[in-house]
Amino acid sequence: MFKLEKKENIDKSSIFMVPLYAIGCSLLFVFFLFILLGKNPVLALFIIFIEPLLSVFGISELIVKSTPLIIIALGLSFGFRAGVWNIGAEGQYTIGALSGGATILAFYPISGLWLLPLSFLVSILAGALWGMIPAILKAKFNTNEILVSLMLTYVAILLLSAMVYGPLKDPDGFNFPESRLFHNSGILPVILHGTRAHIGFLIALFLVVIMHFLLTKHILGFFVKVSGESSKALLFSGQSSNKIIYLSFLICGGLAGMAGVIEVTGPIGQLVPGIPIGYGFTAIIVAFLGRLTPIGIFLAGLLLALTYIGGEAAQMKLGLPNAITGVFQGVLLFFLLAADAFTKYKISLINMKWKS
Amino acid sequence: MDLYVAIFQGIIIASTPLVLAAIGELIVEKSGVLNLGVEGMMIIGAVASFIVTHETGSHLMGILAAIIASGLIAVIFGILTQYLLSNQVATGLALTLFGLGLASLIGQSYSGISLKAFPKLEVTILSDLPIIGGLLFSFDYLVYLSVLIVFATYLFLKKTKAGLVLIATGDNHDSAHSLGYSVKKIRLLSIVYGGACAGLGGAYLSLVQTPMWVENMTAGRGWIALAIVVFAVWRPLWIFVGAYIFGGITIIQLHIQAIGVNIVAQYMSMLPYIVTILVLVFISMNKNRLAVNAPNCLNKIFKSDI
Repeated sequence: MFKLEKKENIDKSSIFMVPLYAIGCSLLFVFFLFILLGKNPVLALFIIFIEPLLSVFGISELIVKSTPLIIIALGLSFGFRAGVWNIGAEGQYTIGALSGGATILAFYPISGLWLLPLSFLVSILAGALWGMIPAILKAKFNTNEILVSLMLTYVAILLLSAMVYGPLKDPDGFNFPESRLFHNSGILPVILHGTRAHIGFLIALFLVVIMHFLLTKHILGFFVKVSGESSKALLFSGQSSNKIIYLSFLICGGLAGMAGVIEVTGPIGQLVPGIPIGYGFTAIIVAFLGRLTPIGIFLAGLLLALTYIGGEAAQMKLGLPNAITGVFQGVLLFFLLAADAFTKYKISLINMKWKS
Repeated sequence: MDLYVAIFQGIIIASTPLVLAAIGELIVEKSGVLNLGVEGMMIIGAVASFIVTHETGSHLMGILAAIIASGLIAVIFGILTQYLLSNQVATGLALTLFGLGLASLIGQSYSGISLKAFPKLEVTILSDLPIIGGLLFSFDYLVYLSVLIVFATYLFLKKTKAGLVLIATGDNHDSAHSLGYSVKKIRLLSIVYGGACAGLGGAYLSLVQTPMWVENMTAGRGWIALAIVVFAVWRPLWIFVGAYIFGGITIIQLHIQAIGVNIVAQYMSMLPYIVTILVLVFISMNKNRLAVNAPNCLNKIFKSDI
């Protein structure tokens, strides 16, 4: 068998190397998976990972899909650093989309520059409040935040569905479960002419910079890290650990809510039942792959967005099942967790003792 | 009367996958490991059993396939968390994401096909008894198996040495280690057992409950199973209570919708999730009871072992 020993000093370069190892191993895994599925693996990898980067359309879709992933993952990373497990970002995202979209529909067809900021504000608040439910229950009753935040995701998705089938249904929509299309004041400006790439991406970029500053330069980031490493140390510093739980869920919920409104006012442009498509869960992988650092999350968000776009392209061009994307994402997280072990610990083989 | 018997049968059928998945996770958690991958293992069990049953025509082969497939993907979790010392929460999430993706990948060409009905217990005289026959002797074999597994688990933990060692491992892995027990092996075995049980639960979904393959057909049941373990405060027989309450809510809300009570369907469908949250709050409030039964080393990494 083998034995793990903690390495004395962890190589600084491992923060770059671990994600690269994990990506490499995952690519190798899907390479063999494609062979198993009877497809040309080189062609499949080219279509998924290279071709989207060669066209304006591909780049613009990369911008569209990475925006919610980056924003949600930034929020998640804040909690994960503190050892607070919010895995209900999908629900907070859905609530953000619903409340922001409802705000725009409420003011239909009044136009004005104030409408988008208002809907953003409503979404951020709604997402943060939705996120506060597991935080309050955790802090007050010690209820498991993982399970509660996940259960609330199902509730949020059903609530969106109830609204879109009910009060928010398009009055002129022939009874389809869709809201009316948002009017122009409720649509985010496009940054690449003729595509869906919208200004939300710049917001994500801005947040990356802010978060980078907050975590590296600000005292708040220090407390978050300390809380994750030892809640006892935190007690001595006088900063209560409940405060960190509230703050983590508040920030994550708010950001996920904002990602939701960006999605409906950006590429979607109306409320539909199919808004939640798993960004909240994929963002967990983005956060880990980005090593919980804002800049890492930005890069990881682009890569995971690429798997969505490439997956769709492979489905159309090669008839590969769309589920490849999910498999790749899951495998990537596995390899990432495994690669971590190899940098944190020295692994040595121990002779097996044979019983005579 | 027949309606009540039908509701009772519906509740049992809705609850059985939860019983199976939860009793497996209970063993895993009792050994000191938190595996959040139940949903992923269940869906793998569902797809594996469906495909094998469809291809071989044998339900038994399908069930075996579910046990093996889910046990195998649980091994990935076991190796990562026990031998590579990865974070259990993150690894469990990875297992769920991977399982859901893999299941839809391999199940894709099987959606829309339905299977023949799963065989039911038929004991002459007993099954034909009015009411009692319907309440006790009319289910498929897996229902009786699930009851058997829960009682066996109860006896295992309470009466056997191996069971006590498992509990000791979950409560204090350092002592268990110094007594000469291999913490990692015990935990790895528990994880595989948990995977096999979750796989059985998944098989129940795709073979009995709705005998067909639908993408994401577990619909959060793996997570509810995790909540049921907390609800039961890690006591095996309470798994029944938890699972039947959750199954009951699911079925009763369907019946309420069916009689045409004027409530939006989506709000009724929220009930099981909301009740889960309320129950979790209620259970967590009693810290003393939690302290007695919860495994002390749950979700803690054990390092020094070979």
